Amino acid sequence: MMLLRRRRTIVIAGLASTLVAVVLAPFAGSTSIAVARVFDPSVPFADNLDAQIFFLARLPRALAAAVVGGTLAAAGVVFQGLLQNPLTTPYTLGVSAGASLGAMCAITFGAWLPFGTVTAASLAGAGLAVFIVYALARARHRGISTTVLLLAGVTLNAFFSALILFVQYVSDFAQTFRAIRWLMGDLDVAGYATLGAAAPLLLVAFAVFAWIARPLDLLTLGADAAASRGVDVTTVQRAAFFSASLATGAAVSIAGPIGFVGIIVPHLVRLIVGADHRIVLPAATCFGATFLVLCDTIARTVLAPLELPVGIITAVIGGPFFLWLLLRAR
Amino acid sequence: MIARRQLLALILAAAAACGRPAPSEPAAPTEARVISLVPAATEMLFAIGAGADMVAVSSFDRYPPEVERLPRVGALIDPDFERILSLRPTLVVVYASQDELIARLGAASVPVYQYVHAAEGALAHIPRTMRELGQLLGREAAAEEAAGAIEGAIERIRQQVAGRERVRTAVVFGREAGALRGIWVAGGVGFLHEALEAAGGGNVFADIRREGLQASTELMLARAPDVIIEIRTSGGVDASPLEAWGRLAAIPATRTGRIYELTDPLFSIPGPRIVEIVRTFARVLHGDEVVAAAGP
Repeated sequence: MMLLRRRRTIVIAGLASTLVAVVLAPFAGSTSIAVARVFDPSVPFADNLDAQIFFLARLPRALAAAVVGGTLAAAGVVFQGLLQNPLTTPYTLGVSAGASLGAMCAITFGAWLPFGTVTAASLAGAGLAVFIVYALARARHRGISTTVLLLAGVTLNAFFSALILFVQYVSDFAQTFRAIRWLMGDLDVAGYATLGAAAPLLLVAFAVFAWIARPLDLLTLGADAAASRGVDVTTVQRAAFFSASLATGAAVSIAGPIGFVGIIVPHLVRLIVGADHRIVLPAATCFGATFLVLCDTIARTVLAPLELPVGIITAVIGGPFFLWLLLRAR
Repeated sequence: MIARRQLLALILAAAAACGRPAPSEPAAPTEARVISLVPAATEMLFAIGAGADMVAVSSFDRYPPEVERLPRVGALIDPDFERILSLRPTLVVVYASQDELIARLGAASVPVYQYVHAAEGALAHIPRTMRELGQLLGREAAAEEAAGAIEGAIERIRQQVAGRERVRTAVVFGREAGALRGIWVAGGVGFLHEALEAAGGGNVFADIRREGLQASTELMLARAPDVIIEIRTSGGVDASPLEAWGRLAAIPATRTGRIYELTDPLFSIPGPRIVEIVRTFARVLHGDEVVAAAGP
């Protein structure tokens, strides 16, 4: 009962903070816009520059930041719970390296690839990585071996990184530069199509997250102890792996591999709300969403009209904040 | 295959050298043997009539067509020092930032021309570099003629567009295919900016003193160019750039359809074909008659 009430309070507070961030963020930007004109229905949308800046440039971007930040933080929680390793990030198992390889190929060999866009190519690369890691982790094991999963993921990361370097080596200067910039992460999605395409994947992933929160708690006691309490360990592990991979792949396809959110936010939230996954998961989702919206707002305004890659801001702000919290908690 | 043949030749030569007294050192080559690691400089060297002296080029050289028969010796990041030395060059054109290569060539007493990529004053830099290369190779007259022709042609276009209103333009040189993401535009310095200004355009990003910058959707909307010149020399292609840009209806260029796609690789090289770049920009912005009136 206590837990339920506490969970409800945290979820409501988290959702409220995310909502406030997403609603307020579009009012800040590199250009000054007339707010009254943005919401003036008498001006046709096609002629209304302020409204287009607000609704086509800033709002989708704030939404993308919220979606990507929340997704990476939640995926980080699930991967850390699955692998029982605090250093795990959503990128540990090679999903982002696969997505990056796909994106690099699209940037460099775009003209010859069957799938047109960088987004689609990165999603395909993520899928390939998930398939390989899972096949390796299942081979010669009943169920999934988390040790093999981790080793396979780390190895695949290295392997894909080498392929990424190769693709960059054969590309020209301009392509290499664009590729490097993609790797820094970018939330300027220019409309809602990208978010719409990722939405079904994310809905499935979050539905699974909601289901596995409790079993993940029991898994922290060890696989045998969890099984003795009625947890179907293999099914939970499989669900956790696929849902978190799906979520990570979708997030990376939207914005590139934005660092830091997926490892720091879960730990930060645990320092504040404890270790219960039923609270940590929604809290990390909301915190990650709010945090990335904030970071992106800073990234696009601090050096305006130039923009900083948002991954720089997440690390510069998140790092010291996390260390401060860590020291205070001790 | 070529490498294997050369290796074989080397082994045979070594074997032959072992079998008989070493021949006397060949006389130092008197003819010019030039290597260029800089595509723009390669074009300049051909333009001043030194094409026949070229013995190797960089892995990125594509123009003029004669470079296809020349060996490749790496580029900015991966110059093949041994290969360069083995070609016994009398001049190697390198990027000024290639410190290590310059030091090694210096140690081997190979003359070097350090090419500086000039962002400020990029248009004037092209004929100046051509004259300097001409001096080094004893081709002053040819270099003067070629450099003067470039200056003259650009000046004539400048004069033709002088009285006309500047067309607010964005020069886009990178964008994800089929999307409005990863948009890279020419800022207020560099050869694309200067070529645009010479052609009677007004760069909407002129205040940002960088060669290139990533423009967000918001920045593109806020700067509202009347014309978008999109240079796509590599990477994916769009079925229709107009359709991609059409999502931002507040940009005048998307409403009037004044979006021009240029795909020739020449638009990425600040070399002697800069005249062609300025002419193309002028044609796009002010029409054929301006370019025709400016003469050859």
